[in-house]
This record gives sequence, structure tokens and C-alpha cells, in this order.
Amino acid sequence: MFEATNLNRRNHQIQWLFKVLFGMMTLILIVPVALILGVLVAKGGPAISMEFLFSMPRNGLTEGGILPALIGTMWLVGVALLASVPVGIAAAIYLSEYAPDNWLTRGINLAIINLAGVPSIVHALFGVGAFVVFAGFGASILAASLTLAVMTLPVVIVATRESLQAVPMAFREACWNMGATRWQTIRIVVLPNSVSGILTGIILEVSRTAGETAPIMFTGAAMFLPFLPQGVLDQTMALSMHLFVISNSIPGMSEEFKYGTALVLISLVLLMNALSISFRVYLRGKKKW
Amino acid sequence: MPADVGQPPTKTAMDLDVRGQDWYVDKLVSVLVFVGGISAVVLILGIFVFITKEGVGFVFGPMEVWEFFTSPFWRPTSRTEATYGILALMVGTASVTGLAMLIAVPFSLGAAVFIGEFATGRTRETLKVLVELLAAIPSVVWGFIGLAIMNPLIIETFDVPIGLGILNSGIILGLMAAPIMTTIAEDALKAVPDGYREAAEAMGATKWQVISKVVFPAAKNGLMAAVLLGVGRGFGETMAVLMASGHSINLPTSVFDSVRALTATIAAELGEAPVGSDHYRALFTIGIFLFLITFVINLMADIVIRGGGRKR
Amino acid sequence: MVAPTVKLAVRDLRIAYGEEEAVSGISLDVHANEIFGIIGPAGSGKTSFLRALNRMEMFNDDMHVSGEIVFGGRDISDIRNVYALRQKIGVVFPLPVGLPMSVYDNVALSPRLRGVKNKAALDEIVERCLTRAALWDEVKDRLKALGSLLSGGQQQRLTIARALSQDPELLLLDEFSIAVDPVTTMRIEDVLRELKEEVTIILVTNLVQQARRLADRTAFFLSGELVEVAETEVLFTGEVKDQRTRDYVEGRFG
Repeated sequence: MFEATNLNRRNHQIQWLFKVLFGMMTLILIVPVALILGVLVAKGGPAISMEFLFSMPRNGLTEGGILPALIGTMWLVGVALLASVPVGIAAAIYLSEYAPDNWLTRGINLAIINLAGVPSIVHALFGVGAFVVFAGFGASILAASLTLAVMTLPVVIVATRESLQAVPMAFREACWNMGATRWQTIRIVVLPNSVSGILTGIILEVSRTAGETAPIMFTGAAMFLPFLPQGVLDQTMALSMHLFVISNSIPGMSEEFKYGTALVLISLVLLMNALSISFRVYLRGKKKW
Repeated sequence: MPADVGQPPTKTAMDLDVRGQDWYVDKLVSVLVFVGGISAVVLILGIFVFITKEGVGFVFGPMEVWEFFTSPFWRPTSRTEATYGILALMVGTASVTGLAMLIAVPFSLGAAVFIGEFATGRTRETLKVLVELLAAIPSVVWGFIGLAIMNPLIIETFDVPIGLGILNSGIILGLMAAPIMTTIAEDALKAVPDGYREAAEAMGATKWQVISKVVFPAAKNGLMAAVLLGVGRGFGETMAVLMASGHSINLPTSVFDSVRALTATIAAELGEAPVGSDHYRALFTIGIFLFLITFVINLMADIVIRGGGRKR
Repeated sequence: MVAPTVKLAVRDLRIAYGEEEAVSGISLDVHANEIFGIIGPAGSGKTSFLRALNRMEMFNDDMHVSGEIVFGGRDISDIRNVYALRQKIGVVFPLPVGLPMSVYDNVALSPRLRGVKNKAALDEIVERCLTRAALWDEVKDRLKALGSLLSGGQQQRLTIARALSQDPELLLLDEFSIAVDPVTTMRIEDVLRELKEEVTIILVTNLVQQARRLADRTAFFLSGELVEVAETEVLFTGEVKDQRTRDYVEGRFG
């Protein structure tokens, strides 16, 4: 009774064709990157050793290790988080819990979108103008970290706002009706139930911050320093900057060293991302209401 | 006091005027989070003010605005006659971004459709995670890939003397922008209510018919925003373009030519330009230009998305 | 006969959401220690009315309230601490809301907000309120379980216990029996009759018979207006002035 007509059959062939076509397109996006990562691991893997990770570079960066770059990246990320996390969480709380639907709120949202969209090199110019020169921090961890903090602020705001808004409105109303103030409501029901989502966002921010190069090039990252930073007003080496420096202009640089540095950087970043993603998946499985 | 109600305030009704510590804490917090909220506005204005402050004296000073945009000669360090024309740089940015979009737009839209509409269950989740991880690869690593892997590959494949140029950086930039565009486009597809799909499927449409006739038109604005944001991303990308596009400042005639992008110029030269010099200020002027262009792109994307949400 | 004490007086109350008016000029008195029923079809403004009593427009930019609400002799629009007002008014919603914290913490929340810290005092309040809400026997062995993961009926009784833990002067119940089984509904109704001695109760219900069972006086709302308010028995059996009221209580629309 329900025999497939020719038209029907043709439609299904078209559908199949498109499915395969789009599937191939997806693969073409993913496979080359996977291959490239494979090359990084194959060529950079042999370079990774305790000495590579935990010793100072020697002989014009061509020997020794990447310790000061690793430590420097930690400094930069740490100070940037100290600046951006409190501000970002406050902003997200404002947007999710307080902001009325008016022109100012639309302005804030537009500003967040643009803060995320402005080219990283423009952030670098701002960092030079505002922190290095105007505030007088000079090229330093402080100036570089603040530049990174401004740049990654939208990551914290957006992730935090999303997890705050995932808490059902009914919980807030129940609290308000009992006479809790807005802040008590946020403290008692909203934050406790979104803190893991916020943490996910912060891990993501760590990964973003660690990988950035352009914003720190002129604000505090150095090509080579023979010592570890002692405070926030020191300059520092950084992993991303180090990779840029050695892949460009160092004569006598071994391939293995370059690939090894790239491998360490990308592992760090992807690890943080994977952590953030698996955290999110875990949370999704753990229902509290 | 309302007259017709008649009852005197009860004793407990008097407590209603007592503001405890909680009341004041709440007020304080509302002020603090408001400060956090407007910080984004303050910062974006701050960025504009600071780069303008450094750059604006140049635009209205020694520089002819017309010449700045139309001259292909960017020779800031020339001893005899320094010239500041960004035409070649703009062409560099445009050609690299253009090639990147040529690659990224079809592939990322295709991938978004596959992930959002065809793939199911575990495949879908896995692909989404992979795309998200791809988006996280730092741009300096992409630049390194351009230098170390793509460069020899292009030299060998096409038998050209140098593999750094539009082709190299365009491909790199395309691969970089695609995951982000895929994610945004997939969100746009997901925003189309399931009811639309079910209604069309109930009438016997195949999945592809549903996608092409129902989902695409409904998600049109979101997809357009995805493309716009991809363009903005490519336009503003710095490290990868700096490392993979070569360094020569010229008007390209083929995809193998090496070019210099606007962003890369700032990154390459800011370190050697003395603070306050013409060169320094010219670089900030490029910064103003980049800021304004990305601002407009983001604004357009925002308007396009809103336009989609407004119709009821 | 002594004139009854007026607990809540409402004069010309108007509530609008944006352009749309939900309540258009309602005036009524609620007496102390009575159960005041409000009946009316969906969209008649019952819930908006309750929200205005609690000044919930503070949390909704769209909601505009005008007119006068006098609670315990005080106009609530000019009190200085609106949170203290809400502590004196307990609310039970149509859909159960167990907060995502332990059952114990759910009930101890309001006392804690008021500054009660003593463990023994909190224990006493939790047990008393849960018992009154007919939930104690079911949860006394798992007070640490998440309130938001109880069954719907249990969550609704938890919500009632939470409202009672506020020690309210006025208790607002908004169609509380939607998510509760009939037996529990009956038990809660018994509790409400007892509570009347201490608390003034406003009972919004779409079950006409529930209003008849419980309410001393009942008001009929229709399309944001108060059609009439009368002794419950008068409204249901006696001479009601308005044909619409008769049609509604006799089930001709709703």
C-alpha cells in the first residue's frame, strides 16, 4: 500500500548525499588538526624530559629547558585571574540578578561582546597605553596580566552569567517571599547551585589566558631572562611568547626544541579545556532538582 | 495614614521600619555588583580613549587621512622620507581573511548542520567536544604550525620558493575560525524550535527538506551572525597571521605572495617604535581602525541576532 | 457584636504588567483570624493580587502596582524595610518549590534569616512546622535529604512548612492543592482550620468546593475585578447579587 514513489526514493537519496557531504566536511575540519597534533606529539615528544621542563634555558635558548617560561605563564595567569575573576563574577551577578531591561544593560552586553571581539593586538595597544605608560607599571607581570584580564573578562562574565541563570527562578521567588534580601537569596540559593558552573568558566579562562601571546608581547613578556620573576613588577618569560621567539629568529635552534615547546603549550591549554568540559559533563549528570 | 481603614498600626507593624544589618549589606552588595557590571563599559571606552589618545594626534597632525588609507607605501623607518600608507596592509588583511572565509564558511556551516541535525547521541557529543577543543588551540601554536608544517608542505606541493603567504595564513586562519563559526552556527540551528521540524516531518518531508526549507530560513539570522563573527575573528587575528603570512609589504598578485596584515604590522613594529614617535602613533592609528571595524562587525552581528529574536 | 479587626485593607488596587492590566481596581477588607477565600477562573488576577500583598513588584520591572494596601494598620508602600513585611507574610505557591538544600535547612531557613541560631530552637521549629504540614512522619528519618528531590506532594507540604516557619501573621495560599493528593489536601485543610486561631489566611483556589469547606468569607474575582465578596454560605447558597457569581459557583464556566 505504501510503496515508495520515485520522488520519495530520490528525496531519500538526496538526503543521504547531503548527510555524507556534511559529514565529510566535519571530518575535513577535524582530521587535519588531528594529524597536525599527531606531528606535534611525534616530533615534540622526544624533547620532553625533566630537564626540558625544569631547567633554565642555556646557550642562547638552544639548550636547557623552559622552566622560566612555565613559571612566568603561571604568574601571568594567576595575577590575571586575581583581577578578572572578582570583577567578572560581580558583573555576572549584576547582569543575571539585578540588571533591569534598559539601555544601560544593553550597553553592558554590547561592551562585553566587543571586549571579546576586539583584536588581541588592540588589547595590547591598550595595555601599553594604559598600564605600561599611563599607570607607570612599565613592562611587567602586572601590566601584562591586567591586559590579559581585560581581554578574558568576557569569558568569566559569560560563563558565570550562564550558570547563575540556570538556577530556576522559582527558587529565588521562594526565598524573596520569605523575606530574604536579594543578596541573601543569591548567597543562599543562587551561588551554591552555580559555583561549579562558575569554576568551569574559570578553568576555561585559565586555558585562554595561558595561550595568549599578542597582549603580553609589549606589556611584560620578555624574549629571554636569565632569572625567575620575583614580584609583579618584574618582567617575565612566558610559554606562548617563548614559542613565538624560538620558532622565528633563533639561529641554531633545534626542531625538537620548537616542537617540544609547542607540545607543552598546547597540552597545557587542551588539558585545561578538557578538564573544564568533563567537569561540565559531570555536572550535567548530577541533578539537584 | 489612610483614614477609611480605621485601624491603628499594630505593634508588630512598627518593626517594618527597622532596617537591620541585612538591609544595609544588601544595599552595599547591589552597589558593588553594579560597579562590576559597568566595568565592561568602562573598559571598552577606556580602550577606545587610550588608543585614540595615542593615535589621534597623528591623524590630525603630520598625516593626510586620504593618503593614509590609499597609499600602498608603508615605510615608517625610512631615514629619508618615512611614509605611512596602509593600503597594502588592508589588502593583506582582506586577502588572508577572504581566503580564510572561503574555506571556513562552507565547511563550518556544513559541520554545524551535520552536528546539529544529522549526528545523534554519542557521535554528536563527541564532535561538539572536538570542535570546542579545536577552538581552544592558541593562535601562536597555529602560527607555529604555519611556519613549521605548512610552509615546507606548500613549498613541496606547489614548487614555490617560499610557503609563507596568503595561502598558508588563509588556510591556518580558516582552520582557526571554523570551530568558532561551527559552534555559533550550531547554536543558531538549535534555537529553531523542534515544533517546526516536527510539523514539517509530519507532512512527510525528508530530513534534508526540513533542513533546507524550514531550519535554514528560520536560523538565517543566527547563521549570518556566525559568519560575521568569523570574519571579525579572522580580521583581528594577530599571531598566526604574523607568523604564517611572510613579511613583505606589497600588493599581492597571487595566493603564494607574502603579505602583511594590519594586526601583524602592529605586532611586528610596536617594539621598535619609540614611544610618542610618528611611527608609534601611526601604529595606534591602525589600532583605532581595527577597533572601529571590529566594533561595527560585532554590532552588526548583535543586531542581526536581535532582529531574529524580535519577530514573535 | 464587636466589629471585626481588619488585618488587611485593600483600596482601589490596580496591577499592570507593561500595558496589560491584570487587576483593575479592587477594594476589600480581610479580617484578622479568618480564612478569606478568593475564587475565580484562570487569569482573573488572583495570583497578581497575592504578589502585590508581598510587594513582589520590586523584583519585576514590568509589574506596576497602584492603590493602597494596608497591612496591620500600615500602608505597605511606605514601609522602610520591605523584607520585614515579607517575613510576616507566608506564601505557598501552586507549584511546589523545595529549595535545593536539605529538608531541615528548608524549614530552618526563615528562622535563620531572622537571626535564630540556637540549634535546639531550630530543631523545635523544624519539627513543629513539619508536623503541622503533615510531613514530619515521612521525612523525620531523612532530614538531610535534598528538599528539591522529594516527591511533588511532599515538596508542597515542605513549602507549607517553610511558610509556617516564618511565624506569619498572614498566610497566602495560592491553589496549594494542585500538586497534593486528596488525602493530604484534607489533612492540610484541617491544619488550616486550626491555624486560623493564630493566623489570618487568604486562600486562593480554583476548587470552588474547597473555598466552601474552608473560607469564612469568599471573594469572586473575574477579569481583574472583584465581582462580589460575601460570607461564604451566602455566596454559595443565598442570594448573590451577581448572576456571574452564581454561574461560576454552579460550574457554568471557569
